[in-house]
Amino acid sequence: MTFKVIVKGKASGKIMKTDIPINFLGAVDKKTGIIHDTKHDLVGKSIKDSILVFPYGVGSSVGAYTIYSLKSSKSAPLAMICAKADLSVASGCALANIPMVIATEFDKLEDGKEITLDTESDKLIIFRE
Amino acid sequence: MELTKEEESALKGEHGETMETAYRILVAIGEAINAEKLVPIKWAHLSGVNYNTIGDAGEEFLSKLSQDAKVKVMTTLNPMGFDFDSVSKYNLDKNFIEKQQSIKESYEKMGVIPSFSCIPYEIFDLPEKGTQVSFAESNAAIYANSIAHLKTNKESAFSALASALTGKTPYSDLRINDSPNLTIKMKIDEPNELAFGMLGYFAGKVADNSVTISGVSEMNKRSCKSLCGGMGTSGRCGKFFLGDGKENAERIDFDKKEMQNIYDELNTSDHGDIITLGSPQLGLEEIADLSSMLKGRSFEKRCMVFCPRVVQEQARKIGYTNELERAGCEILSDCCTCLTPLVDKNEIDSVITNSIKGAYYLKNSNGVDVNLKSLSQIIQDETK
Repeated sequence: MTFKVIVKGKASGKIMKTDIPINFLGAVDKKTGIIHDTKHDLVGKSIKDSILVFPYGVGSSVGAYTIYSLKSSKSAPLAMICAKADLSVASGCALANIPMVIATEFDKLEDGKEITLDTESDKLIIFRE
Repeated sequence: MELTKEEESALKGEHGETMETAYRILVAIGEAINAEKLVPIKWAHLSGVNYNTIGDAGEEFLSKLSQDAKVKVMTTLNPMGFDFDSVSKYNLDKNFIEKQQSIKESYEKMGVIPSFSCIPYEIFDLPEKGTQVSFAESNAAIYANSIAHLKTNKESAFSALASALTGKTPYSDLRINDSPNLTIKMKIDEPNELAFGMLGYFAGKVADNSVTISGVSEMNKRSCKSLCGGMGTSGRCGKFFLGDGKENAERIDFDKKEMQNIYDELNTSDHGDIITLGSPQLGLEEIADLSSMLKGRSFEKRCMVFCPRVVQEQARKIGYTNELERAGCEILSDCCTCLTPLVDKNEIDSVITNSIKGAYYLKNSNGVDVNLKSLSQIIQDETK
């Protein structure tokens, strides 16, 4: 699997994965990180401290502020892995210093797996049993 | 992405913390969208103005940034949470008003034009065709690329801000003339603005960066804005072309079935306590339209009408606002249907609107149910 680094950094944690794009402004509570869009499969779950794996961000440009707010309220994911890049997620992670990469083989990332993401390491993502 | 020597030194922090932050954002988004270089822009339009959406973290960030940051190009601004002229009539808390005031002052301190509008393309003179701009506000970006002959990424709030502070933006694929791999055919007979909004919402879901829309013979301004607003809400698509599209493109129909699915997703109530119009805000032409539709009729419920301040001033001079106010409309500037705290779920259970964008955010962010109807249906059902 190859990756493109958008925002550098290191994080270890459990993958929370969805195949549905995320509208950060409309779907995520900026204080708690809980997804409140009833049409989303992560509804009711908090993305706090997860390695959030999702296709890409959609919707309002202000979603970038939601990501920054999540970080300020200590409810942000530890890192984000996307299938495609979008400007809201990329710029939100850049300002909030949340490591972010684009994965070529998005489908191989499994929900619940423990991983270490390290943009300085050769392998970039290390899966732990 | 290739940077010039000056850009490199700004990224290293040699031109101060603000420039370092701005270039860090530009480099991240440049990498994200595979841009080769940065190019100069002539106009930036910022989102992230409403305290409701950016919260304390955003307010503090802007307050700190504005201590030394200045915009380098013409920079305009999205709507905020309320209209200072009428805020005393609403039950907003003091903290909200103070924080909104602080956000407003931070932007003004940076040299931003306090336009508070999501339709900059309608209230400012457009630069010549092909001009590079940087528009956050998803409907404005799509309108700029598709209708106004300008070039912009579908910017984020931070990327447009970084562009305003540096006068630069990544040269991405949306800025280069491309030919979409997907064509969506509009197959609804006599579509109104609501149908076009749903088409946009559908297209945003299935398209990548850009899409061709075929089967559209004509589209008035209301429908066009509705299409742009819907598309900006559901996806990352930043541009549409009208026409047949390239021969080998994938083709999808937008038929009654697809439209019903979108309607069922966004319509959550069969009635509404109040009516809201204007997300994106209404322009002068639409206000004129509304005033003629309301001749001799009056709303039976509260109706909030959102338009830019400059539009309200013009409409007042011409006399359209007399007609609207006689019919029971509250006319508000500097804010819009989408995410305004004036539509409070503690007081209002459901809202009637013709805005797809408004419907999505009213439900998901404000927690208010939505009854979607076209403008002509709203006038027919809700006035006498």
